[in-house]
Amino acid sequence: MGLDIEANKKLVEEVLEAYPKKAKKDREKHYQINTEEAQTCGTCALKSNIKSRPGVMTPRGCSYAGSKGVVWGPIKDMVHISHGPIGCGQYSWGTRRNYASGTLGIDNFTAMQVTSDFQETDIVFGGDKKLEVIMREITEMFPLAKGISVQSECPVGLIGDDIEAVSKKMSKELEMPIVPVRCEGFRGVSQSLGHHIANDAIRDFVLGKADLAETGPYDVNIIGDYNIGGDAWASRILLEEMGLRVIAQWSGDGTLNELEIAHKAKLNLIHCHRSMNYMVEHMEKAYGIPWMEYNFFGPSKTYESLRAIAALFDETIQENCEKLIAKYKPQMDIIIDKFKPRLENKKVLLMIGGLRSRHTIGAYEDLGMEIVASGYEFAHKDDYEKMFPMLKEGAVIMDDPTAYELEELAQKMNIDLVGSGIKEKYVYHKMGVPFRQMHSWDYSGPYHGFDGFKIFAKDMDMTVNSPVWNLMKKKEKVQKEEASI
Amino acid sequence: MRQIAFYGKGGIGKSTTSQNTLAQLATKFGQRIMIVGCDPKADSTRLILNTKAQQTVLHLAAELGSVEDLELEDVLQKGFGDIINVECGGPEPGVGCAGRGIITAINFLEQEGAYTDLDFVSYDVLGDVVCGGFAMPIRENKAQEIYIVCSGEMMAMYAANNIARGILKYATSGGVRLGGLICNSRNTDREDELIMELARRLNTQMIHFVPRDNVVQHAELRRMTVAQYNPEHQQAKEYEILAEKILNNKMLTIPTPITMEELEELLMEFGIIEDEEAAIKKLQASGQ
Repeated sequence: MGLDIEANKKLVEEVLEAYPKKAKKDREKHYQINTEEAQTCGTCALKSNIKSRPGVMTPRGCSYAGSKGVVWGPIKDMVHISHGPIGCGQYSWGTRRNYASGTLGIDNFTAMQVTSDFQETDIVFGGDKKLEVIMREITEMFPLAKGISVQSECPVGLIGDDIEAVSKKMSKELEMPIVPVRCEGFRGVSQSLGHHIANDAIRDFVLGKADLAETGPYDVNIIGDYNIGGDAWASRILLEEMGLRVIAQWSGDGTLNELEIAHKAKLNLIHCHRSMNYMVEHMEKAYGIPWMEYNFFGPSKTYESLRAIAALFDETIQENCEKLIAKYKPQMDIIIDKFKPRLENKKVLLMIGGLRSRHTIGAYEDLGMEIVASGYEFAHKDDYEKMFPMLKEGAVIMDDPTAYELEELAQKMNIDLVGSGIKEKYVYHKMGVPFRQMHSWDYSGPYHGFDGFKIFAKDMDMTVNSPVWNLMKKKEKVQKEEASI
Repeated sequence: MRQIAFYGKGGIGKSTTSQNTLAQLATKFGQRIMIVGCDPKADSTRLILNTKAQQTVLHLAAELGSVEDLELEDVLQKGFGDIINVECGGPEPGVGCAGRGIITAINFLEQEGAYTDLDFVSYDVLGDVVCGGFAMPIRENKAQEIYIVCSGEMMAMYAANNIARGILKYATSGGVRLGGLICNSRNTDREDELIMELARRLNTQMIHFVPRDNVVQHAELRRMTVAQYNPEHQQAKEYEILAEKILNNKMLTIPTPITMEELEELLMEFGIIEDEEAAIKKLQASGQ
């Protein structure tokens, strides 16, 4: 059973028809309709991770967003300097909702915005000296800060400032790790390269720099969980209840020390594969640590992942795992019984970063919802290859879709729920289409684990079935009025 | 008011030639002149001021915090022949962005109205047109006439051709024109003919051939132009002729830069470099 393959092919064609010939030809390569063949062949023809077409409204971010916003920003006991003019730091301030425990300004700096605020003279004369001053001031103002990272904005790369030399010098002077990150926004085609650059910086400046006093057979790392709305906490308790010891959380609610000792773990558990696969692969090569991808969205996938993780350990863990599932399953069943009737057969369109467009599919399906179209902002080929088998035949799979394409698809496919980001949100609200922010959980969360699913189910119901949509002018009516003008 | 600029290969004598010429233009023809030094080294006005400029736009701006805090009087200095001088200044070699510095400084001068009651504004720009910043003086509403200082040496001609390409790029959008090549003689073979031919191919003129004379160096050692150091000298007369030619120059053209191959052929034609056959023949001849 599936969606109508031919009808959806035609639909996508219709949407792309609006473009000039060359743009249409280019955008066509970023679309594929899922077929049985695509589900099983393990590869895909869909183009991804290439430059967005000039002139379209792409949803993508930049390298700086990938490094400062995603990977480094959540490390709570370091101060992250947005190095360059004020805008990048200011407008990315506090947008990602990566929660962290601790006291703000004392031992937790995640909710702060520290920037070198480049002026014209800093461009002309270089910002290296100013950077040194800022670093000294940071240690004076925040004596408990464990380290500093320098997140480069575009101009730093253009004028060729030597932030590596400054970091090296100041690291010695201030006796703490200082990490230069060359994540200038103009590098690469999306935030994806920023993740990679940030990973490389962890590898080169931090990883393996500290030791762990006692290690055990059940030591694992959570990699690629950014603790959005408390996701990592909801995940961690499950692993711990199973008898595993989480020695490092990368990077949501994470610390510098956790980056430094992660190489002591027995297993790397990676959630956001797209943004941190570079590190688990490096740790596998350099330290022989195996890694596995898991998925804690929705009970079905969570059970599956918990069992797969337990299978890598001894019988005690496996027994604990079954006990854990037995304990939570009734709770989950109650949730499903409550919300499934209200959400069943609702059609969902997803367009999220590089992971959730496939990882959340199971959670929606647990609630009886159907993913009819799903796309990534900045995923690579391997992400699509993993996504095809998870979707039904006929589902529309898209890469880096433009604002126009998404709007058209949402209307033409008669979507009941769109899951995407803040840039998209209000357009759909104005259209009268229910919408959830799936980057930041729309001021809610967590969505990971069993605790997360309770909230997820409630949020989706609250959005899709809100009476507010009935108060909105219907689309046909709006169009009619416009026509009369 | 005419805005002119001197470009050319590094070390070719741009600053020396321009200051000597402008000194004549000011003293002999009564022109009111301002020199804008666009070199981070800030040595474009040394011969007019008889000292290295003490205050540059950018260093003052850095001290005060921003360009907006600057006053025009702080950076303008009067020198020989009542010529007004200003140096953009810029970062130490190897740091920051000197190109952006020039843009910042020139914008400041324009906004503050430095360009009033003048007959000539002259920009002295370092070396080659390496980036957008150094092209600033030839962009819209800035210098309209470019004089390229060159010599019969290959690299000087190569640089001249490159600068012509830069001018061509902005000629259609901003109306900048090439005023001519100034040959600052290095006493190479058939130098005047060669530069005249290069000028012809670039669709311009060799506006003047400045012969080599040690008095220029003597004056320079004393931080002076020849006009000030030894006004009766023949070399002063040469600069006066050049000044007059610039004053009356009507030949402002859009350049037609040539390819590297064409430039090499030109040099071969004039026997500056030899083609392989000729070189072999010569070797054989000397062997016999």
